Amino acid sequence: MTLELTAQVTDRDVDVALDVAEGETVAVLGPNGAGKSTLLAVAAGLLRPDTGRVVLDGVELTGPRTWVAPHARRIALLAQDPLLFPHLSALENVAFGPRSRGTHRRTAREQARGWLEEVGVADLADRRPGQLSGGQAQRVAVARALAADPRLLLLDEPMAALDVAVRPALRQSLRRVLADRTVVLVTHDVLDALLLADRVVVVDGGRVVEAGPTTDVLTRPRSAFTARIAGLNMVRGTWRDGAVGAADGTEVKGLTTDPVPATGDSVVAVFRPSAVSVFREPPGGSPRNVITTTVTELEPYGDQVRVRAGDLAADITTLAAAELDLVPGLRVVFGIKATEVAIYRT
Amino acid sequence: MQQRQVGLPAWIFVPAALGVTLVLLPLVGMVSRVEWGSFFELVTSDSALTALSLSLRTSLVATVLCLLLGVPMALVLARTSFRGQGLVRSLVLLPLVLPPVVGGIALLYTFGRRGLLGDELDALGLQIAFSTTAVVLAQTFVSLPFLVVSLEGALRSAGARYEEVAASLGARPTTVFRRVTLPLVMPGLVSGAVLSFARALGEFGATITFAGSLEGTTRTLPLFIYNLRVVDPDAAVAMSLVLVAVAVLVIAFARPGRSTW
Repeated sequence: MTLELTAQVTDRDVDVALDVAEGETVAVLGPNGAGKSTLLAVAAGLLRPDTGRVVLDGVELTGPRTWVAPHARRIALLAQDPLLFPHLSALENVAFGPRSRGTHRRTAREQARGWLEEVGVADLADRRPGQLSGGQAQRVAVARALAADPRLLLLDEPMAALDVAVRPALRQSLRRVLADRTVVLVTHDVLDALLLADRVVVVDGGRVVEAGPTTDVLTRPRSAFTARIAGLNMVRGTWRDGAVGAADGTEVKGLTTDPVPATGDSVVAVFRPSAVSVFREPPGGSPRNVITTTVTELEPYGDQVRVRAGDLAADITTLAAAELDLVPGLRVVFGIKATEVAIYRT
Repeated sequence: MQQRQVGLPAWIFVPAALGVTLVLLPLVGMVSRVEWGSFFELVTSDSALTALSLSLRTSLVATVLCLLLGVPMALVLARTSFRGQGLVRSLVLLPLVLPPVVGGIALLYTFGRRGLLGDELDALGLQIAFSTTAVVLAQTFVSLPFLVVSLEGALRSAGARYEEVAASLGARPTTVFRRVTLPLVMPGLVSGAVLSFARALGEFGATITFAGSLEGTTRTLPLFIYNLRVVDPDAAVAMSLVLVAVAVLVIAFARPGRSTW
């Protein structure tokens, strides 16, 4: 099943296009209010865009003159909240899709049992949603969506509402059941994108700002949002005199990757927080980039301390942080070896 | 568990207690006037039983009509948006604030012999005013808003998200309504229906204006008590107590928040 979607929604300032190939999982990343949920609502037929089309497998579902009702699209939606029907047991919830398509009650229940088993909660079949934990309920919701035999599956931050401790197991289950399906996965979590998606689309301000294979996009981000969720520092600027010149006057040197930028090109310099050293005075000697900045926040990060200064972050040892006597508001110098910086055109 | 409200001034309990007294004291007064010796005899007299049975039958039919008309009304008000919806909602709630006797007059000049639809109804051989049908119409007119209000509230607080999920699972609108919407709002629907029934049972003004007070046909319990009040005060008090008992039962059923998931 292939999906082609274009949508302009003027009210929400959204103008996006999304293509998903047969059997592909595409992760849609983006900050809150970027237009990700609008995109899903358009696909599911819950929102009619001002202009745009939704075509699934060559059949137009939404178009200038076409409108297929949500129930006839065979596009299942799994939201952040499981939204299990509270008056039905887990089994009846999962059987809801097959029953709605006219499957006989007994057959529908058998299918439902199979799906519950598939997601590892067969023993909870007779429970009411109120008696399930968040993780269990979301598993039942996954089974319910799959049981409806959708041609396209839309997942809207399926793990955002769950306890951090139960996410990895559910992620593994999803990885298994989504393998050969056509899926659009909206997420905030870079791990979801890495483990579940073949391709990533980054949406910001209602526009697609980046798209490509997951690892490419995450290792070579072109937008500030992607850099942040990928845990990378990014300095954006124009290429001049062999360095990235940012608007605030900062200059960053590094290793350029093909295609080699020309003067005036808009470029980004990307480096890991662990490649950043923190000083109270500018260091002499070594070929380092130095960025004078102000500490905004300190937070524990594994056995290290993450020093945030505006959009930049540095990971240093707890000991180093103590010796430097870092506090928010302190002027410091971030030093980055040029060999640790990747520079490319955007 | 006892929880103290923060910042509730002590004096507030005085008017609150006065209010409770104002509601309960008249009941005490009424009960104190009951002739217990002849109570059973009074409430089981032929005319009393006739009025009671007429009241129960007409109120039940009115409640069913409220359900048949009010559920779709509440759905349209809660789940759609159209121009002038606010106005429609306000007008539908009019019977809540209208004096019932005004409602009765409005009904009379609509369905009465010389009313708006009088000629058409005459041609069909139907005479509605001063019949049991008129009692049911009057009761439905005044109690419909109770059902619509409580169900619309339930629908709005349940939200449309479950319905959207159900549709995405392939359920047609009618299936969604039957298997998802209705069960979700059942508590609100039940309490709305019970309130409507209670309002229908207590209907007086619209009934006496539009249907009159004919024993066995239109003289419901409230009308019966009103008539009795002068000729046989003891019987009026006894029958009133019966209505109070019914009202208490209704409140027990319809208490808000009684049944939640």
